[in-house]
Order: sequence, then structure tokens, then C-alpha cells
Amino acid sequence: MSGPPRAPRRSLAGPHLTIPVDPNHDHILGSPSAHMTLVEYGDYECPFCGEAYPIVKQVQATLGSQLRFVFRNFPLTEMHPNAQFAAELAEAGGVQGKFWELHDFIYEHQSELSDPRRFTLLASKATNLEVEMVRRQLAEHAYLRRIREDFMGGVHSGVNGTPTFYINGLRHDGGFELPTMIEALRSPR
Amino acid sequence: MTRLGTPRPHGNQGHHLLLPGDKAPNFSLNATPDQKVSLKDFRNHPLIMAFYPADWSPVCSDQLVLLNQLLPEFRRYHEAALVGISVDGVWCHLAFARERQLHFPLLADFEPKGSVSRMYGSYQESVGESSRSLFVIDEKGVICWSYLSPVGVNPGADGILAALDTMHPEIAGQVAKTG
Repeated sequence: MSGPPRAPRRSLAGPHLTIPVDPNHDHILGSPSAHMTLVEYGDYECPFCGEAYPIVKQVQATLGSQLRFVFRNFPLTEMHPNAQFAAELAEAGGVQGKFWELHDFIYEHQSELSDPRRFTLLASKATNLEVEMVRRQLAEHAYLRRIREDFMGGVHSGVNGTPTFYINGLRHDGGFELPTMIEALRSPR
Repeated sequence: MTRLGTPRPHGNQGHHLLLPGDKAPNFSLNATPDQKVSLKDFRNHPLIMAFYPADWSPVCSDQLVLLNQLLPEFRRYHEAALVGISVDGVWCHLAFARERQLHFPLLADFEPKGSVSRMYGSYQESVGESSRSLFVIDEKGVICWSYLSPVGVNPGADGILAALDTMHPEIAGQVAKTG
């Protein structure tokens, strides 16, 4: 009997990062040689990502040079209409060397995202961006493809909502409270 | 991840999750108070069926929002369609779909309660809800992939995409159009 082809089974180890961290592509904060890696797939308009934001800062402060943190885009645009804009804004900041300033500014001003024109101006002023260049890149959707690649890479890695964290390459299914995160990062694979 | 039991050719009295190679049982369930959706409506297109415990619960909401976002990606595979199924009634489904901006039908396995979930082996008798499971059904109505998720774990969509890639390897490598 010839049945349909069988789809590959998932690894028993659970979902893992299928797109390795790439210093030439990814936004990485922390020492490139750090032995712990925390990857977040995040949506700038997601309230849970907003809750996770200060916790990630605390994780970074606690682990210092032992940790590198990677942020990848996962905008759920059907649910969060300004998430795509925010992701493009952060990427536009990245080209001017200000990705992390923009990333932080957006999470610290999430409630103001509903007015993208005003937000672009506020964020550009706050982080010393050349606003005309940012506006042009936003109008051209210059980073659409990059964000899409982040998103689909995340889907294939088993991202199942936002934020989804990967700790040393494995999806972290526990909560994102500080002690849980620290313990997971410190535990051997 | 658990696969239970072995395929059974007729019926599903033991309520084991149906497996690849099993014929998908027909169903006809209300998506709205006056509209029914049947398996045969999807003939010639792959169909993704997402059974889930309850509208409004946190894990289900995340899961369905993610699947909703991926509808354009699914359509690349010969216009694959998606349906969600739980034992909630149509009015509950309509309110939930509106609130979460879901653009695919939520089917009410409401009366007789859970009968379709039982046929697919995706029913939790102890709590009276559908189990969280996923099925990918091919154009001929045969199950190509099935997966029973722990109830509290959102299974994501990687397994669905891997199954669609296996069904249609000619599409797998193509890059989706953006925007």
C-alpha cells in the first residue's frame, strides 16, 4: 500500500534554533565569545514582550560577559498593526548603528506606537538618527525582506508566540521570570 | 510528542489519534449559525485541521494567532486551507474570531458534543474538551501528518510546514513573496 509520504518527525530534544546565530547578520549584544546565548523572537507591539524587556536587561546585568543576547523579529501583524512598522524602524536605526538604542526606545514607549509618524520623529530625536533617511527607508519598506526572513526562520524553529526564547539553541518553554531564565541559561545542555 | 496506537481502518472507537495514511473522516460542522463546513469543501486542496481545547484560553489564543498569521504561507501549497475546531458554540467562536482577527473558520464541535474530535481521536473525555492536535490532510482526503501536543504546549507551526513541504517538495524550496 502506498500511503502519503511521511513528514519528518520532530527531534525528541524539542524545537531548536534552525538558523544559527550569525554575527554578520544578527543583532547581538554582549561578547561574541560568550558561552551562553539567549535568542529572543519578539514583536515590538506585544505586551508580553514589553514585560520581558526589563527582565532580559536584568539577565544581561546578572550574567555580564558570559552572555550574548540576540534579537530577531517576529511581528504578529494581524494582531499588532504597528509591529511591522516598529520592526522596520529598529532595522532602519540599525543601519545607522543604533539598533539597540531603537530596540530599547520602542519597548520603553510601546504605548505610543499607535501614531507611527509621530513615533518616528520621537525615536529619531531620542536616538540621534537622521530622520529623513529613516523616513525614506520606512516608505520604501527597505527591511521587509530581512524581517520576513527572521519571521519564517522563527516559524521553522518552532516559535509559537511572542516572546519565544531560545537558550543555547533550544526553545525555552518555561516562564521568563528572572530566576527561571538564569537557571535555564546556567544549566548544562 | 506522543503518537498513540495504530491506524484503524473503520471508525475510531478507541479514540486514538488518527495517523498518516488514515482516511480523514468526513465532518459537517457549523462555522456560523447558518453555515456548515464539510471535509468535502476542501477536496483538491490540502487542509490543516487544528483541534484545540477552548476559545479564549491563553495557549489557544497564541496558537491560533500564529496560524492566522501564516495563512498566506499555507496558501502557497496549492491553496491549503486551515480550520480550527473546538467544542465551543458558534456564537463563542464568532466573538473569539472577531476579537483575535482570525481569517479562517472556527468549527463548532458542539452537538453532539465532541463527536468529530472523537472520530479524529482528539478528545479528552475527562474534561470534555478537544485535545490540542494538528492534522495535515492531502488533496484526496488522506491524513499526511498528525501530531498530538501536550495540552499546555503550543505546538507552533514548524510541523505543519514540514508536512506541507513533504507533500509538495516542488514548492518547499521556493521563497514566499513578501508584502
